Amino acid sequence: MPKIIVEIMPKQDLLDPQGKAVANALTRMGNKDISGVRIGKRIELHFDREVTEKDIEEAKKQAKEFLSNDVIEDVVAVTVEN
Amino acid sequence: MRIGVITYPGTLDDRDAQRAIRLAGGTPVPLWHADDDLKKVDAVVLPGGFSYGDYLRCGAIAAKAPATKEVIKKAQQGLPVLGICNGFQVLVESHLLPGGLIRNEHQHFICRDQKLKVENNQTAWTNLFEKDEEITIPLKNGEGGYIATEDTLKMLEEENRVVFRYLEINPNGSMNDIAGLTNERGNVVGLMPHPEHAVEPGFGPDTPVATRSGIDGLKFFQSALKALVNS
Amino acid sequence: MLKKNKTPSGVDTVENAQQEPDKEQPWKELGLKEDEYQSIREILGRRPTSSELAMYSVMWSEHCSYKSSKIYLRQFGEKVTDEMKKHLMVGMGENAGVVDIGEGLAVTFKVESHNHPSYIEPFQGAATGVGGIVRDILSMGARPVAVMDQLRFGAPQDPDTARVVHGVVDGISFYGNCLGLPNIGGETVFDKVYQGNPLVNALSIGSLKHEDLKLAKATNAGDLVILFGARTGADGIGGVSVLASETFGDEGPTKRPAVQVGDPFAEKVLIECCLELFQAGVVAGIQDLGGAGISCATSELASNGNMGMRVQLKNVLLRDESLTPEEILMSESQERMCAIVPKKHLKDFEKIVNKWEVEYSVLGEVINEDRLYIDWGHEEIVNVPPRTVAHDGPVYDRPVEYPKYQDALNADSSSTLKRAENPTEIATQLMELISSPNHADKSWITAQYDKYVMGNTALAMPDDGGMIRISEETGLGVALATDANGKYCYLDPYEGARQALAEAYRNVAVTGAVPRAVTNCLNFGSPENPEVMWQFKQATAGLADGCQELGIPVTGGNVSFYNQTGDTAIYPTPVVGVLGVIDDVARRIPSGWQDDGNNIYLLGTTYDELDGSAWAKDLHDHLGGRPPKVDLKKEKELADLLHGAAMQGLIEAAHDISEGGLGIAILEASLRFNVGARLWLTELMERDNLDLTAAIFSESQARVIVSVGREDDVKFQALCEARGVPVLRIGVTDKENQAVDIQGLAKLELEGIRAAWGGVLAGLY
Repeated sequence: MPKIIVEIMPKQDLLDPQGKAVANALTRMGNKDISGVRIGKRIELHFDREVTEKDIEEAKKQAKEFLSNDVIEDVVAVTVEN
Repeated sequence: MRIGVITYPGTLDDRDAQRAIRLAGGTPVPLWHADDDLKKVDAVVLPGGFSYGDYLRCGAIAAKAPATKEVIKKAQQGLPVLGICNGFQVLVESHLLPGGLIRNEHQHFICRDQKLKVENNQTAWTNLFEKDEEITIPLKNGEGGYIATEDTLKMLEEENRVVFRYLEINPNGSMNDIAGLTNERGNVVGLMPHPEHAVEPGFGPDTPVATRSGIDGLKFFQSALKALVNS
Repeated sequence: MLKKNKTPSGVDTVENAQQEPDKEQPWKELGLKEDEYQSIREILGRRPTSSELAMYSVMWSEHCSYKSSKIYLRQFGEKVTDEMKKHLMVGMGENAGVVDIGEGLAVTFKVESHNHPSYIEPFQGAATGVGGIVRDILSMGARPVAVMDQLRFGAPQDPDTARVVHGVVDGISFYGNCLGLPNIGGETVFDKVYQGNPLVNALSIGSLKHEDLKLAKATNAGDLVILFGARTGADGIGGVSVLASETFGDEGPTKRPAVQVGDPFAEKVLIECCLELFQAGVVAGIQDLGGAGISCATSELASNGNMGMRVQLKNVLLRDESLTPEEILMSESQERMCAIVPKKHLKDFEKIVNKWEVEYSVLGEVINEDRLYIDWGHEEIVNVPPRTVAHDGPVYDRPVEYPKYQDALNADSSSTLKRAENPTEIATQLMELISSPNHADKSWITAQYDKYVMGNTALAMPDDGGMIRISEETGLGVALATDANGKYCYLDPYEGARQALAEAYRNVAVTGAVPRAVTNCLNFGSPENPEVMWQFKQATAGLADGCQELGIPVTGGNVSFYNQTGDTAIYPTPVVGVLGVIDDVARRIPSGWQDDGNNIYLLGTTYDELDGSAWAKDLHDHLGGRPPKVDLKKEKELADLLHGAAMQGLIEAAHDISEGGLGIAILEASLRFNVGARLWLTELMERDNLDLTAAIFSESQARVIVSVGREDDVKFQALCEARGVPVLRIGVTDKENQAVDIQGLAKLELEGIRAAWGGVLAGLY
């Protein structure tokens, strides 16, 4: 069954304390070449039927207005998966 | 004076907010998230807790509730609104206040008695404080780090919209040590600490005078009643 | 197990069981013994179906049936006088005990263990431990109002300890805070004996009006059996009887998780929903689903009410459609409750659960037969007498053997240890002790817990007991304290258990409350080890005798066996929780002094008792001899005195003396509000015939330090004399000199003490 995938990341210039903590942990575990970590979200919208253009438009709107907080996050991708 | 307190699924400090209103001399009115009827209250408190389990983002789902939509409308018309902790998160998600709130810098939930400076005593919720008065209010959260863009921070500072600032210790990594903000008009205030937990002697923070005797939070609610009487 | 000779649907039915009596069954893999399996065959008059086998295997497991401990736990119900039962509304055997506290109000409380899951998955183990005990409280018809936790970890520096500490504290914080329950106290102990077997005990307390009491029984034929809350998934399958990697079929995913995963938001919603259901009077009986899930809820509700049930298992709402009936019956998915709802109340029930968006399904109904029937579609897969599942499980009388090491252990007294000669050395030892993880500041942990929510917390950590206001109108409240000293219990389980009771009792008394009831969580090694059984036998007797002597009953509790790695069992660790009542929480007493120039008194008598002490173990790595004597008559006199003095407002602060002795107690009382003191010990040493080491570090029982305002001195001393409690002025509080100045020992700057005591746990973790 088809899905629309929405990917969200914290805004580039804002603090990502989770990412920072994970980066520190990775360094401690020996991965010294990782220069940074940023953690985002992947949201799947499931459909019981084929996905239309309208669905994608609607998903983009919802992604911007609700699934992400555009003050602190960016919607980096809205794609269809089958 | 009737002050509404909204309960969302997962709200925790609603009964405490109601008690604070009562102790200040007002009448608390319980409001249900799914109901857009605010029962003609004179002010609204969005209490602390984990509405909707903090799913998606803290306060994100609560911000879309029927009751919240009505609060946003009325707030834009001047209704005094106080957002405490999760309530602050709802105000930020609703765009009634600028910026965002993210996970504490040190990654742990923290419960401590926090010293604050009241930098703006012209709002509906702080008019009974002295300018730059130092108060102690319990703080308890895991996602209390205030962030905003350079421009937003500059604007907030220049327009004196930072109402409370953390003193001595910044417990969560908030930028500019911001603990609480107000909107342009001064009727909407949001803060991370919990004034409703410092209203009753015997149950508030320790003070040098006696254990659990701090009641600095009472003035928040008394201020609101004063603002309503004067309006 | 299900493959051969199955009906078309693939399920093992009662009909199959009758037609194929000799089929091989994996009773051993499910944790049953051969005689237990034969017993089931006798009860049913045929072989059990695989679903029935699953039910019996979880319900007859040690955790659910208490089969190794039952014969000893009976003492708690037997060694009870009528006087003791006066305030007891619900005793042992129910989900939690219920105690009348006056004004038509009651309180329900219990402590439980979640040890093994917390070693495997510390975060979820601890989180679901909190969730489970809170549901037990909720199912009594009460609003949960507070939680406490008792944690025991391995050696502080061991890297695996950090893994467990982080997970457990995060888990308790995550779950408890999201439920909106203040965490008002507990204990944290580090000892390498718990390395492979950390202990995570969780306590919860709830308040209710007398008439709101609910019991877990189905009593009316025709009433509906409704499962509501979270959907049922594969959580914790086999977690109770055995952490099985066996599956019940060859198709589908092979490994089922043995760990339960918790969602505190779901439970918070469930709490509010249930309380509204209770208010509306639509629920006749209610049971929470914990260990053994649906198997337990159905059989217990039926058996408790002497009724039966007819259940359609396909009605269970599932998270995972691939679950087999056996798995559904064993699932330990969290945040689920089972209600008995009279048909006429169904509409109102539905209205309330819908308001809270809580899912529910009607599983069946109560019937007037001594039978539990469970169908899977049209096929009968369970047909058993519920009592045999829920209550008439096996009862073992395990072999008991006096430990071979015991005599040598008791002969190895701490008197062989060299004592420090000069005061400087003793002062150094005191500082070493206060900066060791067991005595250092625990606020790195406790600051991760919300203590303010609900606005009724009158006392919380670091005070000696937690105190919650129950009635906002009158100030009526309850105090709670939990204690156990594994070292003492290892040296002498009987005395050690009495001591745990004495200490919890004393910690309630120092808050100003009157002790009224007891709960316990008995953490021990393997019951298959006769020496451990001896410890258990002794400890339960000690606790039961102690409760009888103090006149307060055990209202319920929990047993956790198998806390051992290979041959090494943990110290017997019977955590005892005491609940007390106070007429007005405004009279409560904190554990440290704030005012200047108050007199500091030592109540009680000090003996040279260093065996099993922190001085011996933490400074000299020595554990041997006999634990400090316990005199419950003295504890009672002390408690009565403290209560009387509290009611008259004579005491500013009161702190009990326990691990680390008088020295640690003085430092803690000074650190509480950062107010120092000037003290002298020569009189004490003379009166009680002690050297300086004993004066500072002895762990004699029935002792408390108090600070009293000068205007109340005369009254206070007279009160002590009248009640025959030894009282000795040992110092004066001192706000000016920021130090603890012990004449003849050292002047310790408060800043220095705080620096040594403050960052220890943060530094480690």
